Amino acid sequence: MPMVQLLILPLAADYEVRNVRITVVDQDHSTYTRQLVDKISASAYFDLIHYGNSYEEALQFIEEDKAELILNIPPLFEKQLLTENTASLFIAVNAINGVKANLGGVYLRNIISDFNQDIRMDWIQSPGFSPRPIIQISALNWFNPLLNYQYFMVPGILVILVTMVGAFLSALNIVKEKEVGTIEQINVTPIRKHQFILGKLIPFWILGLIVLGIGMVLSWLFYGIVSEGSLGTVFTFAALYLLAVLGLGLLVSTYSQTQQQSMLISFFFMMIFVLLSGLYTAIESMPMWAQIFARFNPVTYFIEVMRMVVLRGSSLFDIRYHILVVTLFAIVLNGWAILNYKKRV
Amino acid sequence: MHKSPIVVDGISKSYPVGKEKVNAVTNISFIVNPGEIFGLIGPDGAGKTSLFRILTTLLIPDNGNAYVEGFNTVNDYHEIRKIVGYMPGRFSLYQDLSVEENLSFFATLFNTSLEENYDLVKDIYNQIEPFKKRRAGKLSGGMKQKLALCCALIHRPHVLFLDEPTTGVDAVSRTEFWTLLRKLQDQSITMMVSTPYMDEASLCDRVALIQNGNILDIDTPKEITNKFENPLWAFRSDQMYKLLLDLQQMDNVIACYPFGQHHHVVLHQDQDVPEILDQLKAKGQTNLKAEPGIVTIEDCFMQQMRK
Repeated sequence: MPMVQLLILPLAADYEVRNVRITVVDQDHSTYTRQLVDKISASAYFDLIHYGNSYEEALQFIEEDKAELILNIPPLFEKQLLTENTASLFIAVNAINGVKANLGGVYLRNIISDFNQDIRMDWIQSPGFSPRPIIQISALNWFNPLLNYQYFMVPGILVILVTMVGAFLSALNIVKEKEVGTIEQINVTPIRKHQFILGKLIPFWILGLIVLGIGMVLSWLFYGIVSEGSLGTVFTFAALYLLAVLGLGLLVSTYSQTQQQSMLISFFFMMIFVLLSGLYTAIESMPMWAQIFARFNPVTYFIEVMRMVVLRGSSLFDIRYHILVVTLFAIVLNGWAILNYKKRV
Repeated sequence: MHKSPIVVDGISKSYPVGKEKVNAVTNISFIVNPGEIFGLIGPDGAGKTSLFRILTTLLIPDNGNAYVEGFNTVNDYHEIRKIVGYMPGRFSLYQDLSVEENLSFFATLFNTSLEENYDLVKDIYNQIEPFKKRRAGKLSGGMKQKLALCCALIHRPHVLFLDEPTTGVDAVSRTEFWTLLRKLQDQSITMMVSTPYMDEASLCDRVALIQNGNILDIDTPKEITNKFENPLWAFRSDQMYKLLLDLQQMDNVIACYPFGQHHHVVLHQDQDVPEILDQLKAKGQTNLKAEPGIVTIEDCFMQQMRK
């Protein structure tokens, strides 16, 4: 089950916007507009779904949610461009799906400015004119040269899966003993508190590491992600991290009496952990209070470490700060849980 | 050090319910003698389970002390856990483990094995052995109880606590269960059993009648029934419900309640039964019969509750 998630989620959690549906209202029908429309429809990002004359007609598509963008080319666009050297275009964006609309708008503007360049190049033909210097910015993406979104997502999602196994399965398991009453029977045996807790947590600790191992293999098989850093580093950190989340699971289980209760508490934590972990959105762009919260979220650290090690090849020394923090988490959460867990109810 | 296996000395325990405190057990004291089957008899909510949980070190009493084999339940709880067997009222073995696995699991917890104490549990184990590969959750009620008893005995405890072991179990299994307990007595295991069934009280060596956290009486079942002072009669007629109402209205009747096929009627001393019969006939009762009733624990319990 977690493995299926690992295979499906990164594909779905892809920020790249494709197939933005666009309608073009061409009131000019000139060579230039023809060139522009060709350029747009040639792009992989856009689906030209309609090419018409009236803005009302195009608006209809937006209202029916069949299109995200309208490019309105006014009458006499070419003539203006040629005579006055400037011409204006109008872009309308359907902002219901904010991300798609926003990115679609940006893509479209890029295409238009590109088109603008082309026209200029065409015009700079007469000798004597020195060609306009054009500064072109090209970025080089380190550690993930192709900006492959999956490289970024897969390690993060793997962290979430390990967290679920570590924190929430263990919480549910102990609470189940409470609910079914088996804990009562265990409690009257000479078995010690720490023996019981260790007996409960060690299987999940191992299970968590196995999930991580399988996850690494799957991400290599399906996404071709090979860790830049050593796997030893990943697993060393994961072992510590699991101690912390197991402590969290234990803590949840000491506070809840029924499985429903612990499910709800776990779900609440999970939502916060995922959203404040920097998995989907960069922590640096969150408001200040959220950034502080994110610092108290163990998931944040593991995701950072995973990305650092897997993508950048960081060593144990590079993640020493993360190791320290997660160790603190482990001590505090487990300590709290053990204090709160009373074998004598 | 107390010589008795179980000593309860002025134990009280209350639970917070909302803002109020509800007393589950109020200032209870008693002693259980070595090797006896001590019965706690009382209706649901009388405080039986609380008492069990205190004695098995699961609950800390608000006041008073309790000792099991001389060990204090609060301070020496770890010693107590080695020497007692506890069978909670609710089936609390691992339902997804098989009979065999449950037994070996609990044996391991006590650093022992099924083989080591086989002679103690063999009578019970023989009955569940045909199902040893079956998951505990799939057993019948009676079988579950036998398995639970087996698990509670696996480490040869000195004292066995059985909280309502026969609740929800059919009559045949109940009889079988009590036969098993009797056999365990030969192994000089002290047992404390609770039950809401009054008829099981006579199977104990001594019983404590408990109600609303208070002990009404402690004695042998025989003594308890002997203490019953008033004359007890069993009445029956064709219209049993009307008979009950009629009897309850009469001045010379202390109490009247249904008991099996009869109504048990408690009378004041020196009451004339034929006179009562005449009065009832006058009220239209037919086929009226009255005979001296046999006093049971239940009658004593009802009497104690009226006090």
